[in-house]
Amino acid sequence: MAPAEIRNALASHPFLEGLPEKYLDLLSKLAFEVSFGQDEIIFREGDPSSLFYLILSGKVALEIASPGRHVIIQTLEAGDELGWSSLLENTSKQFRARCLEPVRALAFDGARVVALCEQDHEFGYHIMRRALGLVAERLRATRIQVLDVYSPKGVRAQ
Amino acid sequence: MSTASHAAAPPARPVMEPVPVQIRSVVKETHDTFTLTVAPPPGDPVSAFEPGQFSMLYVFGVGELPISISGDPAVRESLTYTVRSVGQVTYQLVTRRPGDYIGIRGPFGTSWPLKEARGKSVLIVAGGIGLAPLRPAIYSILRHRGDYNRLVILYGSRSPRDLLYRKEFAAWGLLPDTQALCTVDYGGVSWRGYVGVVTTLFRHVRMQPQETVAMICGPEIMMRYAARELEARGLPPAQIYLSMERNMKCGAGFCGHCQLGPYFVCKHGPVFAYPEIKPYLDLYEL
Repeated sequence: MAPAEIRNALASHPFLEGLPEKYLDLLSKLAFEVSFGQDEIIFREGDPSSLFYLILSGKVALEIASPGRHVIIQTLEAGDELGWSSLLENTSKQFRARCLEPVRALAFDGARVVALCEQDHEFGYHIMRRALGLVAERLRATRIQVLDVYSPKGVRAQ
Repeated sequence: MSTASHAAAPPARPVMEPVPVQIRSVVKETHDTFTLTVAPPPGDPVSAFEPGQFSMLYVFGVGELPISISGDPAVRESLTYTVRSVGQVTYQLVTRRPGDYIGIRGPFGTSWPLKEARGKSVLIVAGGIGLAPLRPAIYSILRHRGDYNRLVILYGSRSPRDLLYRKEFAAWGLLPDTQALCTVDYGGVSWRGYVGVVTTLFRHVRMQPQETVAMICGPEIMMRYAARELEARGLPPAQIYLSMERNMKCGAGFCGHCQLGPYFVCKHGPVFAYPEIKPYLDLYEL
């Protein structure tokens, strides 16, 4: 992607909606395009967190290993973010990310984004506020999932 | 849009008197859910139902349960029920064989607001076996497709093996001006569809909130979150309808077992407009 295309893609991504222009310019310089084939593993559980992705197309499954198998706990696609833990220091990936379809995304080195956040706290506020919103949304969805509302014990017999 | 319930005409026979009906078929939908088709006596009012209503099904000598009607309301010669086997009475129901008899009372309760939704888009949000009470509404909309704008059906289930009416659901998604998406809470690695709670599908929906009527049925927690999310997305609360579940016994508002605030769910519900029922959704039990 040409730099102008990258900037346009960033400006239209829901995660960065409303971000001031100067910060879009800043992020444009850090972003690079990546693509993955179907069933390709983007990262594995336990991998050091390094890259943060904004998905442009395709579908990714977040999977967790349980004895003898992997279970998909969430799917992400265009407009979603992947790998938010790279915005924290000294963390590793909690899940495996596998492409259910070919995926295109814009990637950032999480450490470089965090360094920019440290240098410019206003930029940091914008990024961390979005990251917090993302984590809160995922937490809410996960809470409902673990309630297992569709189990026989959770509903009255019909 | 009116928030009043859509009261149905009472059955013509004494409400507590079951009609013996013969089971025509029992079809296994999933590992624990079955669809029963029964043959009511020709012309009997027990078979004249509106989408969203339920019957009381009686397994002689075992017990009686409220079960939503899941078949096509235009088909009068049979009644269809989708039953999840989770207890003694439901187990006895789903293990009946064609030719066996059960008792039926009803139909009871209020129906989905299909008349009010004419000229608008319809958003169906189903969770788990909650798709069963919504299926008659889907059939009715498809039968009168020109009366409605877009039809969107969102369905959440526990896992791929728990998905109901799979072939039919896939076929709905291929119809013009119709969107049918399903998601599961947990998927195996071979699952290529969505994983996540049903509300995560809302962002894929293309419709005008002000011109949309939502019909939601599923576990109460799921309905609460779905209704809140739709309201946050601009859907007027009076255009959101939910089907409530309570411990219904008599089916006619006599016994009080299913009381929810000022309502008897069997009589004033099960379908309620969201503003009517919203104050009671957060309560553990009344």
